[in-house]
Amino acid sequence: MTEIFGVPIQALFGQLMLGLVNGSFYAVLSLGLAVIFGMLNIINFSHGALYMTGAMLTWIGLEYLGIGYWWMLVLAPICVGIIGIAIERLMLQWLYKLDHLYGLLLTFGLALMIEGLFRDLYGVAGQPYSIPEELSGAFNLGFMFLPKYRAWIIVASLSVCLATWYVIEKTRLGAYLRAATENPKLTQAFGINVPLMVMLTYGFGVGLAGFAGVLAAPATQIGPLMGSNLIIVVFAVVVIGGMGSILGSVVTGLGLGIIEGMTKVFWPEASATVVFMIMAVVLMIRPAGLFGREK
Amino acid sequence: MNRRVTVAYLFGLGLLLLAPMFIYPILVMKVLCFALFACAFNLLLGYTGLLSFGHAAFLGTAGYVTGHALKVWELPTLLGLLVGTGAAALLGWVIGSLAIRRQGIYFAMVTLALAQMVFFFFLQAPFTGGEDGLQGVPRGTLFGLDLADDINLYYLVVAIFAGSFWLIQRAIHSPFGQILKAIRENEPRAISLGYDVAKYKLLAFVLSAGLAGLAGATKTLVFKFATLTDAHWHTSGEVVLMTLLGGMGTVFGPLVGATVIVTLQNELADKVGSLVTVIMGAIFVICVLAFRRGIVGESLALYKRVIGQKPL
Repeated sequence: MTEIFGVPIQALFGQLMLGLVNGSFYAVLSLGLAVIFGMLNIINFSHGALYMTGAMLTWIGLEYLGIGYWWMLVLAPICVGIIGIAIERLMLQWLYKLDHLYGLLLTFGLALMIEGLFRDLYGVAGQPYSIPEELSGAFNLGFMFLPKYRAWIIVASLSVCLATWYVIEKTRLGAYLRAATENPKLTQAFGINVPLMVMLTYGFGVGLAGFAGVLAAPATQIGPLMGSNLIIVVFAVVVIGGMGSILGSVVTGLGLGIIEGMTKVFWPEASATVVFMIMAVVLMIRPAGLFGREK
Repeated sequence: MNRRVTVAYLFGLGLLLLAPMFIYPILVMKVLCFALFACAFNLLLGYTGLLSFGHAAFLGTAGYVTGHALKVWELPTLLGLLVGTGAAALLGWVIGSLAIRRQGIYFAMVTLALAQMVFFFFLQAPFTGGEDGLQGVPRGTLFGLDLADDINLYYLVVAIFAGSFWLIQRAIHSPFGQILKAIRENEPRAISLGYDVAKYKLLAFVLSAGLAGLAGATKTLVFKFATLTDAHWHTSGEVVLMTLLGGMGTVFGPLVGATVIVTLQNELADKVGSLVTVIMGAIFVICVLAFRRGIVGESLALYKRVIGQKPL
């Protein structure tokens, strides 16, 4: 059996895959945060809770309504997006004129409420969700077995990121969006409904979180606490990458996922904290983040 | 402190000295620990305009260090408190120097992430007892008085709180405090006036972390154990909530906020179970949407509207 630095190559590639899977989640979640931040100038603390909501909805859909994975892959993000739009219309829109920190505090309170509600309804124990038939099993790549579902998570996440990038950078709607980010007043003066775009942006951003939640459902234990620990890591990812560019968030997310996976092989004790350590180093060398611009 | 604040302070102190005759002292001590924690936090949020989302790290660190110092090293009580406070201040210096490199929302995210790192460290470190926590910390004695007696300990806790509260007031009303307020109001202007803003921010951060640590160290002494809960991000959120609810940037706000939240949690814990989190979240949302000046801030504004003059 081939070994690299005394680690069997299968284990190494296995962890690399897991790292890529985690990195895909980081990428989709930090992308959502970046899209929301660009338009609303707030950090959405409830992002993790809404990711968890996406996963819980997937489970609820199958458990109580008999709706399968593929339908929920479409329905759950839409539901989460609608919840997001309700949050934006009912609460967030009153805070735009205030210090941006209030947006963070409000969404933190919402995260507590969502998390507490699911905990009260379903307890803290994780719910199992089986991998859909089409994606169970594994590819034999010769040097390793690649579980199909893991490959699917990576492909699906990256496709969504790519589609988001395309819409924002290459379409007319994206051009309006970028204009509204740059100068909302002027854009509105040209007859574009900026408040509507802000609303849809928030809905879309949290919809991405819901989508990541559905992807995560068969891969992890679905529980009320699955979002909150993840979101803190994603915050660190966002600090490392800076929220300036879409591709930046995707690259940073994937890269940190891989680094985290490799740390699990070579220094398991540090795997939970390695992203935070990298954040500390980046803050020392390049405070604005790898892809951020110094203001 | 001006005259009215001094009167209110002395009146409150008098109430605290008499309180154990009417209320269970452990509950009052818990309130005081969290009130000190919130006052320390308010120094940063209310007077310097820095939102730290990682203050639990300092509460937790001091709790563990003091617990370890008293239990394993068998240090005298006061020295144990001091070691814990010092450790928190040191950690505050490290986290603070990193966090002040970013502003606003990023500052909050950096402190949260670094505090989470501290949390994972305590989760894995051998001396903290992991999920079980550090149990059976002895309270020791002070000037020959046995602190195992709740009443003796109570007066020590009151002294610690009153002293720290006074210290915070002194800091706020000193030239140092005025510069902090200048940074809060207009950072570029403070820089253009020649102040080394980074240095002042860091000093405020270390002071706040140290006092939060003192709260954590005292808390360990009161409950005779230190747990992971103290270092968890939920606790960081709680202290934000206490300050917000009481009124950030007000003298007595954090004290009021801590009293309300701790009492509420105490009352609700066995009645609604895990819905407590939902209620805390709802209070957060209501405060942010409709009640941004907090209980004390809104009361002062109301007083001003009705009487037509500034009360304090």
